[in-house]
Amino acid sequence: MISAPALAVEGLSVEFRTRGGIVRALDNVSFGVEKGETIALVGESGSGKSVTAYAVMGILDPAGRVTGGRAMLGGLDLLSATASQIAEVRGRDIAMIFQNPRTALNPIRPVGRQIADVLIRHGNVPRNKAQGEAVEMLRAVGITDPVRRAKAYPFEMSGGMCQRVMIAIALAAKPSLLIADEPTTGLDVTTQAVIMDLVNDLARQMGMATIFITHDLALAGQRSARIVVMHAGHVVENAPTKEIFEHPRHPYTSELIAATPDSAASLDELASIPGSLPDLRRADLPPCRYSERCPRKIDACAQPLPHTTFGADHVVACWNPLPEKAALAPTESAA
Amino acid sequence: MTVLLDVEQVSKYFPAGGGLGPLARFKRRLSGGPELLPKVYAVDDVSFVINKGETVGLVGESGCGKSSLVRTLTRLLDVTGGRIKLGDRELSLKPSRVFARDRDRARIQMVFQDAGESVNPRFTAFDAIADPLRRLRKLRGKLLKERVEAVATQCGLPLQLLSRFPHQLSGGQRARVGIARAIAVGPDLLVLDEPTAALDVSVQVVILQLLQQLKREFGMSYLFVSHDLSVVRLLCDRVLVMYLGKVVESGPAAEVFEHPLHPYTQALVAAVPRLHDDGVERLRLSGEPRSPIDPDPNVCRFYGRCPRGTDACKTTMPALRSFGAHEVACHFAEEFLPQVKAAS
Repeated sequence: MISAPALAVEGLSVEFRTRGGIVRALDNVSFGVEKGETIALVGESGSGKSVTAYAVMGILDPAGRVTGGRAMLGGLDLLSATASQIAEVRGRDIAMIFQNPRTALNPIRPVGRQIADVLIRHGNVPRNKAQGEAVEMLRAVGITDPVRRAKAYPFEMSGGMCQRVMIAIALAAKPSLLIADEPTTGLDVTTQAVIMDLVNDLARQMGMATIFITHDLALAGQRSARIVVMHAGHVVENAPTKEIFEHPRHPYTSELIAATPDSAASLDELASIPGSLPDLRRADLPPCRYSERCPRKIDACAQPLPHTTFGADHVVACWNPLPEKAALAPTESAA
Repeated sequence: MTVLLDVEQVSKYFPAGGGLGPLARFKRRLSGGPELLPKVYAVDDVSFVINKGETVGLVGESGCGKSSLVRTLTRLLDVTGGRIKLGDRELSLKPSRVFARDRDRARIQMVFQDAGESVNPRFTAFDAIADPLRRLRKLRGKLLKERVEAVATQCGLPLQLLSRFPHQLSGGQRARVGIARAIAVGPDLLVLDEPTAALDVSVQVVILQLLQQLKREFGMSYLFVSHDLSVVRLLCDRVLVMYLGKVVESGPAAEVFEHPLHPYTQALVAAVPRLHDDGVERLRLSGEPRSPIDPDPNVCRFYGRCPRGTDACKTTMPALRSFGAHEVACHFAEEFLPQVKAAS
């Protein structure tokens, strides 16, 4: 594996201005994804997963503002690039799959035409060949009878098929980075498995880096090589998937694993995470936004967050990380 | 064990219209054309029982008829055929509009998927919980207030939140309101339609544990509809698997998930992401489900998507057959049976 990062996000901070005050949605978020690698951004709703993706794609809500950091795609900083520079890159080098395929697709344009649009704009495909190429893309994402389906409108297709169309649109210009924002939420588990296989296979074939955003830790574990855990706009832990399940170091990661239904044999053994996300508008937000919910809080937590590294690539933003193995104890005693 | 709900051969068909307006249909009838419209077989000949104090899970993909079945059982829809008995009361005879004011209405209550969407946005939490009590228990004034506060406390909803509107509550609090208003009238059967689908895992745990605790306290029975199999496994005693309007498999939850006999259940179980993935090659379903509009009664509904499908599946619809407590509708269930015997 070539270790040149496809995307390197460094110190990304984003604020939203609202009537209730300034929401510091992201604070000093850093992570990278290498060529051909699949990573997962995991966290509860409100943790800043999607905002991170939107900031990188340059599609933040007008109320949102990037207040610091860089997002390097090759030699280009996406955060300081001009609108026309981003428009060139978006679709060609980075593509995104959205959560709800039905609302993300254009409802009044046949799906084949929507794929052809991307091919013409970003894929250097001549106008007269685009429709034929679009049909081939539909075939590649496993839609049966693609010639007929290319003329269909989104409302004529099932959720799973719309998601395949979204994938075809995203991959039309053979991007080097794909951001998939909860691509299978709202789909059935059987369809979810097929769609995720498709994304994984195509990514492997094309050597594409994938950032996969999900709240489902089990799904993330199954589909990605590395997991980046977010909480209230902070990256709290970033480690290879196997490592994070076997030796979670951040208390939040460990509690998230213990709360996943798959981890327990009965309902009583499932552990909930006490407290809730802090209000990100507060002026007196502690340096560690988890500290108010944290069972391992110590005095040092009042200092700015550390970035402790374990082994080669296990980064934890915690002053009092769990010791190795100890985090596994609750799951083992449960089994 | 006493049977609480007995569902016998319930069917629910919806007219599919066939693209004809009322006038065109009338003309067709005048000209002696076929009078019957094509029908969507949303629920087709479904039978099962729910015992007192039991939690039954209902799983299946979207469009398989879970919601139609649930709406028929809760008498929000009228049945096309079959019988629904709650205790010794026959429910399927009364039209749903009349049943809304029936004295047994309170005995079956429902918790909807997203309380943010299903609670009247102009009702405070108090009003939302009080509404069924006013209508079905005719409570007023001080008695009403006491009852609402008692239920809210049972559901872990702080009393100071009762004056808030749904949008002022968090997802977990809204879920508690949804549960509180359903159990306020003291139902025997609570139908839960994906009550935790909109919640984060950390909150989901709390709500599931609350449901478990309420069940122990009040001895209610649950019909738990979900497509999250890992949640069903934790909460349910028994599970029913539906595919295109039919129950294809049912049995004790642990047994169905560990040794699924129907190829559809096998695919469903295989598709669930696991925290500790064993890396085994997983069974995948290809293609789309068959059309639910006037399906051929002699073809297995799963035919065409089924990895096991043979010509026999095209000519005979497999009936539900019992293997102990485990029931399955597949010609080839025996092939997977030795595993079950070895396990038990």
